[in-house]
Amino acid sequence: MIRNILEQADKVDAKLAVLSKSAKKHTIMLTRKALTSESKDGENASSEDISALLEKEREEILHLQGLKKDLLEQCRDLTPADRVVLARLSNRPHITDFIDALFTDFFEQKGDHLYDEDPSIFGGIALFHGIPVTVLGHRKGSTVEENMACRFGMPCPEGYRKAMRLMGQAEKFGRPIITFIDTPGAYPGMEAEEHGQGEAIARSLAFMSHLSVPVIAVVTGEGNSGGALALSVCNRMLMLENAVYSVLSPEGFASILWKDSSRHEEACELMKLTAADLYENGIVDEVIPEPRGGAQTDPVSVYRSIEDAIARHLTPLMKMSPKEITADRHKKFRKL
Amino acid sequence: MQFSLRKNMEEELKEDPFITCKKCGRRSRKSQWISHYYACPVCGKLKNVSASYRLSVIFDKGSIRLQDQNITSQDPLNFPGYKEKLEATKDKTGLMESAVTATGKIGGQKAECIILDSRFFMGSMSDAVGEKVTRGIEYATKHHLPLIIFAASGGARMQEGIFSLMQMAKTSDAIEEYSRNGGLYISVLTHPTTGGVTASFATLADITLAEPGALIGFAGPRVIEQTIGKKLPAGFQRSEYLYQHGFVDKIVPREDLRETLMMLLKLHGMKVKEA
Ligand SMILES: [Zn+2]
Repeated sequence: MIRNILEQADKVDAKLAVLSKSAKKHTIMLTRKALTSESKDGENASSEDISALLEKEREEILHLQGLKKDLLEQCRDLTPADRVVLARLSNRPHITDFIDALFTDFFEQKGDHLYDEDPSIFGGIALFHGIPVTVLGHRKGSTVEENMACRFGMPCPEGYRKAMRLMGQAEKFGRPIITFIDTPGAYPGMEAEEHGQGEAIARSLAFMSHLSVPVIAVVTGEGNSGGALALSVCNRMLMLENAVYSVLSPEGFASILWKDSSRHEEACELMKLTAADLYENGIVDEVIPEPRGGAQTDPVSVYRSIEDAIARHLTPLMKMSPKEITADRHKKFRKL
Repeated sequence: MQFSLRKNMEEELKEDPFITCKKCGRRSRKSQWISHYYACPVCGKLKNVSASYRLSVIFDKGSIRLQDQNITSQDPLNFPGYKEKLEATKDKTGLMESAVTATGKIGGQKAECIILDSRFFMGSMSDAVGEKVTRGIEYATKHHLPLIIFAASGGARMQEGIFSLMQMAKTSDAIEEYSRNGGLYISVLTHPTTGGVTASFATLADITLAEPGALIGFAGPRVIEQTIGKKLPAGFQRSEYLYQHGFVDKIVPREDLRETLMMLLKLHGMKVKEA
C-alpha cells in the first residue's frame, strides 16, 4: 500500500516541479514586460495572456499540493511492513546528511589501522553545539558506486574494528559518542568470516559496554541483527518513528522460521520491530517523530528533531561521572 | 540434582544399543561410542552430546552443583505456537532451557561451567539463555572462579525477536566485567556455534579451544552462498579453518579436554591434581 502512495506522491512531485519552474518563468516574463515594455524574441504573448496562464498554473499548483497532502495523509496509519519500506527508502536521509546538518567541523577518520578501510562504517570527530564528539555509523551510500563500495551498509570486521578505534579515542579524550544505526546487518561474505566477523562484533559489544563516556545511538533506518547492535550499546537509544530494529530482516526471519521469505509481511506483524513497539518494551528511550509520509518528505524538520533530542539526552549524561556513565549503560542492558 | 543428571544418562543408555554415525553411516555399539567420548569408533565424527554428559567429562566425580535451574523463557513476544513448542522440548530433553550452568571441581579446583545444550532449540539464544549465561558469569566474577563455556548455537531464538538480540549485549557486558576483574575464561567451541553466540560471549575468551570439525561462524553457510553466488569450499567455517585463520588457540579432542583444562588452570597459578 505504502509503495503505491509514495509512487503517486513522486508523480505529483514531478508535476509540481515542472509547474513551479514554468510559473517562475512566467512571473519573470511579466515583470520584465512591466519594467521595460519591450519583449524579447519569442515572447510575443501579451501580458494579459501570460497573467492568465500564470493564474492557471498557480491554481494547478495549489490543487497538486492539496493532492499530495491528501496522499501523505493516507500514511497516518502505517503497518509495520509499511515502516520497513520507509526505513529502507534510498532517498531517506543517511548518515552523511545527518552529519552535515547536525554537526560542524567534521573531520573524517579512516581505516581500522590494522588491515583495511571499510567505507560502510563512516565516522570521525565533529562539534555538536560546540562540544567535541565522536560521531559514527553505518553508511549505505547514495550513488550506485557508493552503494557497492559500502555493500549497502553491511560492514565487514574491519568496519567494526574501525568503529572501536574511533570510540577508543573518544574515551581517551572524554568525548561523547553519537552513533547512527542503519544497516541490513553485518556482511555475510567469505572474507568477512575469515577475518572474524563474529569476533569483531563481540569485541565491539564488550568494548562499548564499558565505555566511560556517554553513548547515544540514533536508529535512523533499518537496524538488523548483531551488525546493528554492534554500534548500539548505548546509554540512550533514540529512534526515528519509521525506523525499524530487529533481530534479523523480516525476510530472513520468515525464511528461518517458515522456510519461506515471501511471508515477510506476516513476520513484520509478529516481530515487534517498530519504534513504538521498542519504546513500549523499554529498549528505545525516545521516539523521534517524522513528517507524514516519512523523513524523506521533509528532511530539515527531521534534522532539527534529532538535534533537539540528542541535546536533551546528552546534557544530563555529561553531568555524570565516568563510573556513573558505565553503570547507567550496564543497568539499561542488564534488565533486558 | 546429582540424581537427575544420572537419570538422564541412564535413560540415554536404555534406548537402542547401537548408534549410527551421521557421517560414515556405520553402526557401532553404544559402549564403543562411549569409550570414544561419543566420537564415531569408525571415522571419528563427533556426536552432539548433552550438557550433563559434558559436565561429567570435565568435572571431578560428585563435585557438580547445578545453578539457576528454574530459569525458563518468558515468551516476550507472545509468539504463536512458541509456548507449546517450549513445553514439548522441555519434556523431551528434561531441560528447562538450552543453557545449563554449574559449578564443579577440576582436579580439586572449583570452576564455573556454562554449557549450551544443542538439543534444546539448537542452543539458540533466548532471554532465558542470556539471563542464565549472564548469571553464571556474574557468579564466577563474584567468587573469583575460572570460567569455562561450551558454546553451541544455531543463532538467535527467532520467536523472541529483539529480546534475543539484546542478550548479546548483556552477556558481552558480563564477560568484559569478569575479564576486567582478572578472571580466566576458557571458551570451548562445539558444533555448531553460529550467529549471536559467536558474535558475543563465545569469542571473547582468553583461551579459545574448539572441538574437531565443529562449524563455527557468524553467518550461516547457506546465507553466505546466497550472497556470494557460489559454493563454499570444503571445510569452510570448520574448527580447523578457524585455527588456520587465527581465531582458535587449539583444537582439542574430547578425550584430551579435561587434561587440557587442568593444564590451563595450572598455568594460571591454580592448584590442580588428578584425583
Ligand atoms: Zn563415522
